[in-house]
Amino acid sequence: MDLFEYQGKQYFARFGIAVSPGGVADTVDQAVTVAEQAGYPVVVKAQVQVGGRGKAGGIKLANNADEVRLHAGNILGMDIKGHLVKRIWVEHASDIVEEYYASFTLDRAAKKHLLMLSAQGGVEIEVTAEKDPDAIIMLHIDPVVGLSAAEAHKACVDAKINPKAVDGAAEILVKLYECFTKGDCDLAEINPLIFRPDGGVHALDAKVSLDNNAAFRHPEWDEYRATEELDEREQLARTHDLQYIGLEGNVGIIANGAGLAMSTLDVVNQVGGKAANFLDIGGGANADVMTAALEVINFDKDVKSIFINIFGGITRGEEVAKGIVQALGRVELRAPIVIRLDGTNAEEGREILKSAGIPESKLISKPTMLEAARAAVALAKGN
Amino acid sequence: MAIFVNENTKVIVQGLTGGQGRFHGLRNKAYGTNVVGGVTPGKGGTDVEGIPVFNSVKEAVAATGADASFIAVPPKAASAAILEAAEAGVRFIVCITEGIPAQDEARVYNTLVRDYPNTRLLGPNCPGIISPGKCNIGITAGEIAELPTAKGPNVGIVSRSGTLTYQALYELKQKGIGVSTCVGIGGDPVPGTNFIDCLREFQADPDTHAIIMIGEIGGSAEEEAAEFIKANVTKPMSAYIAGVTAPEGKKMGHAGAIVSGGKGTAQGKMDALRAAGVKIGLNPTEAGELMAEIVKGL
Repeated sequence: MDLFEYQGKQYFARFGIAVSPGGVADTVDQAVTVAEQAGYPVVVKAQVQVGGRGKAGGIKLANNADEVRLHAGNILGMDIKGHLVKRIWVEHASDIVEEYYASFTLDRAAKKHLLMLSAQGGVEIEVTAEKDPDAIIMLHIDPVVGLSAAEAHKACVDAKINPKAVDGAAEILVKLYECFTKGDCDLAEINPLIFRPDGGVHALDAKVSLDNNAAFRHPEWDEYRATEELDEREQLARTHDLQYIGLEGNVGIIANGAGLAMSTLDVVNQVGGKAANFLDIGGGANADVMTAALEVINFDKDVKSIFINIFGGITRGEEVAKGIVQALGRVELRAPIVIRLDGTNAEEGREILKSAGIPESKLISKPTMLEAARAAVALAKGN
Repeated sequence: MAIFVNENTKVIVQGLTGGQGRFHGLRNKAYGTNVVGGVTPGKGGTDVEGIPVFNSVKEAVAATGADASFIAVPPKAASAAILEAAEAGVRFIVCITEGIPAQDEARVYNTLVRDYPNTRLLGPNCPGIISPGKCNIGITAGEIAELPTAKGPNVGIVSRSGTLTYQALYELKQKGIGVSTCVGIGGDPVPGTNFIDCLREFQADPDTHAIIMIGEIGGSAEEEAAEFIKANVTKPMSAYIAGVTAPEGKKMGHAGAIVSGGKGTAQGKMDALRAAGVKIGLNPTEAGELMAEIVKGL
């Protein structure tokens, strides 16, 4: 789960990482209140999870309450690359001497934590990596051992961070590592980490991605979940506890298993179609799960055909078929279904589907993934 | 022969008295796996359909001589269960648990490397391992795995995805091709056993004659495997990579299946494997058909 900047800053604050004084606002009046507290000049920043908000006019400097009103009024409700701005973050504008970059992630290949640190901040790290790779320090950290203050200090020196800023930056690195590990982040990034004329160092931005698997030990994440940007289809899927990702196409997909679901999207693409979604209903494909899945697919107005791709392992084919027949009795579908049922007792399953008396205009059965994909794509195209 | 587990493997089930552990543990036993015990703290001295239950892995190992463990406990308890098994001297640990926090996985993995170098962890979030006719640990339906033949050719399977593993087993069964061992390494970011670990064993196993590999988007395990194959694997291979059309930045069901910063794409993985001489199928069926052709030529 990706956090908005303001949530990332609030999360940082839990771990003692210094950020600019400021606050979040949903209205123009709130923005002014926050600005008065933070002290002028302030920066008004659109809270959207997409890059390039500065260029789109989503970040503005304000020197007084009138300017805050003007900019907050313009930015709230703004559309930035398809993302509606519902909230703004207002903070005291900092004087900056230098900008650095710092992040912690898991290096999957090394199976260790990775610190990336650079004295060239304020630009995307990918750009620095391309132009001047030597400007980035990469330090692997053994998760069992952790990051010591001495190592953090050395990394800052190695990254050629201003000697006057090294102590402050190293202190933040240690705290950011705490945030990354104890805070169960997939990514904890500060860009830029700024060095101020008064000698202080603090995080001017916050990019935090949380590991959903750790949600059980973070009740404080509930408020982040509530503001997560999901489309209507994804929201409905979440209420049914389904693994669903909305996509742009018109072939609705239901499969059992994440790998098979991914594979189903690929096969649809291979035969010239486009999937409307990713949906993994897991190992058991009983009537309740299938009903919920069909309801979510049916909610998507773009769906012109539905491809159900089930491989029976421990869940036997006839159980899957019974589940589908029951589900069809509960949901009135707008689009026809093409089903590929394979694996354990698939024959028996297909027999149950055939004898259920469902008209061919509503359900077609195909023996292979490829044939089923072709049929589903043809139906979606109106052939 | 087979890799990692065979007819001599003695298995205990951690969480045998729980729903998942009981269901799959008993299925594994019914398949012929040598399931010698279960572990549930506080339930020592009881039994599950004749399988004795112990309070700790240490007790279970002492009493039964088990060398492998099947962990079927919830995410909160899984890390401790893995380390308990390693400490008790278990050689091969299979953890099917889905949803373990990545930070815990990274700590457990590095603890195993440092303190228990002789212990191998398979998973977490994996379907398990089956050496058909000999040993089945995990959630694979044993009946869809074709038995290997004495004179071969037999195929080894290694996969990051559960259902696609079953699909591969099933395709080979339809074609009457025997399987030496099928290993599901799981879809999490820090798998205990990776492609290379399995490829090395398959290459050394005289009863494995060809290998199917099933990968998916995210990370660089397939690219690293391709380098390894180029240098070390002489047995013919086919492969399939899921997620060609996956959008960037989304976790596709598995915690580890994510394309980020343009890295970890299916195309990049296919290109790397193709360059290493692996035949690439554009869907799982095609990978199976390619393997059938390979086997015909052996």
